[in-house]
Amino acid sequence: MRAIISVVGKDTVGILARVSSLCASCQVNVVDVTQTILQDMFAMVMMVDISKMTIPFAEFSERAADYGKEAGLVIHVMHEDIFNSMHNI
Amino acid sequence: MVNVNDIMETIQMIQEENLDIRTITMGISLLDCCDADIKRSCEKIYEKVCRKAEHLVKTGEEIEMKYGIPIVNKRISVTPIAIPLAVSGGNPLEYALTLEKCAGTCGVNFIGGYSVLVQKGFSAGDKELIESIPEALTVTEHLCSSVNVGSTRAGINMDAVKMMGRIVKRSAELTAQQDCIGAAKLVVFCNAVEDIPCMAGAFHGVGEPDCEINVGVSGPGVVRSALSKLPKDADLTEVADLVKRTAFKITRMGQLVGREASQMLDVPFGIVDLSLAPTPAVGDSVAHILEEMGLEMCGCHGTTAALARLNDAVKKGGVMASSHVGGLSGAFIPVSEDAGMIDAARCGNLSIEKLEAMTAVCSVGLDMIVIPGDTTPEMISAIIADEAAIGMVNSKTTAVRVIPAIGKQIGEELSFGGLLGAGPVMKVNYTKPDIFIHRGGRIPAPLQSLKN
Repeated sequence: MRAIISVVGKDTVGILARVSSLCASCQVNVVDVTQTILQDMFAMVMMVDISKMTIPFAEFSERAADYGKEAGLVIHVMHEDIFNSMHNI
Repeated sequence: MVNVNDIMETIQMIQEENLDIRTITMGISLLDCCDADIKRSCEKIYEKVCRKAEHLVKTGEEIEMKYGIPIVNKRISVTPIAIPLAVSGGNPLEYALTLEKCAGTCGVNFIGGYSVLVQKGFSAGDKELIESIPEALTVTEHLCSSVNVGSTRAGINMDAVKMMGRIVKRSAELTAQQDCIGAAKLVVFCNAVEDIPCMAGAFHGVGEPDCEINVGVSGPGVVRSALSKLPKDADLTEVADLVKRTAFKITRMGQLVGREASQMLDVPFGIVDLSLAPTPAVGDSVAHILEEMGLEMCGCHGTTAALARLNDAVKKGGVMASSHVGGLSGAFIPVSEDAGMIDAARCGNLSIEKLEAMTAVCSVGLDMIVIPGDTTPEMISAIIADEAAIGMVNSKTTAVRVIPAIGKQIGEELSFGGLLGAGPVMKVNYTKPDIFIHRGGRIPAPLQSLKN
């Protein structure tokens, strides 16, 4: 089971590190990362494996959003299926 | 990995273009709750509805978290209350209060099914139920009511139409202190559908399973935004193709959410209603889609053609995205729930007559229209009869949900709040249709051939 973490906001030091360590602390494995910086806006899409996640999905999602608020970023954690069903037949 | 652009597109649709799931509606049959004793009947209904829908709201919230998509309403629809009432007799208000109690216990936004189907005539309890509607909608908050007065196969029951003019007016009068909200929770149908997830018309037909999950999608903002990126000289074939592609994506969300909810609740998945349902929020308007197609303002000549184009493309795109499509399926045009319609009505560019023409080519009917408080019951009946005739002759569902603004005139407004929005009082035609309405009887079913 996989999920997509999307991060959008002003680029600062340690965004990737912070999000990765949140994943690590919950046994969420990072499978792939794509990131771009447009002017000074940071946009990252991270695909993670949540099959061994130690906390409920909702709690993980809340923790990520909380960190986002703290750091002035918009972070969403969404199950992979929403993208698959919307964009693939 | 899923394409990054696709991911960002989905996120943008949800975050900026108001993509959401309008409703997850659980349909619950009350046929096994009918009892000759009304008290016992109400107890059985309360027990069954609360047992079936116990986890509905919680499940909806879990799905919202998992996929990051808002599910605006969680609702329940039940078998038309006219059926248990026919068995038990007694005061119909007891059923209204029972359903309201169910809504409170389950935490849903609306409960629909204070309904009766009288397209051909009245059976036991039907008239009592209709007479009780104004009071039922006054003593409850979450209850919605619908009455089917006509169908293509049965014709129009003009006795019921005559009654409903009075009932609509009375519903508004009893709730005059709350902006006449009673009438906003009452809809009069022709060709009512049995699996509608959308309010106020939701009820669980007798041909439906014991319990099922139906989903209504939304997303006018997404369609408008997609169209805004088309060049202004793109032809209407391109417009239609783009609407189809966008409707496909929106409907896939509904299909995913419905399937997930049905698995989690262990209840069969019924249908996705391919509705483009607006909200009063800026950027979530069906009128703005029509304007994006190239109309200066909704209501001008060309509006009916643009809406027909939109409605057809939404269905074509949506049908392939879902395994079962049903409900009302099409673009909704509720005036008070749509920022663009409100603006057009305020400045007089959108009239009831134009809206009536629009209902011939789109999903429902004259919906959430505020009319002057001095509109007579006969005039309201005549509005209902006109709309029912359009539905009957064209083999489509039509409905009337007009709100007489008691004590108010043109230039004033009613504000319902929430999804129901706010609307200006619109002009009506005061020429009297009284003799026609008082004739009563039935309009015979129309010919199904020689179609011109």
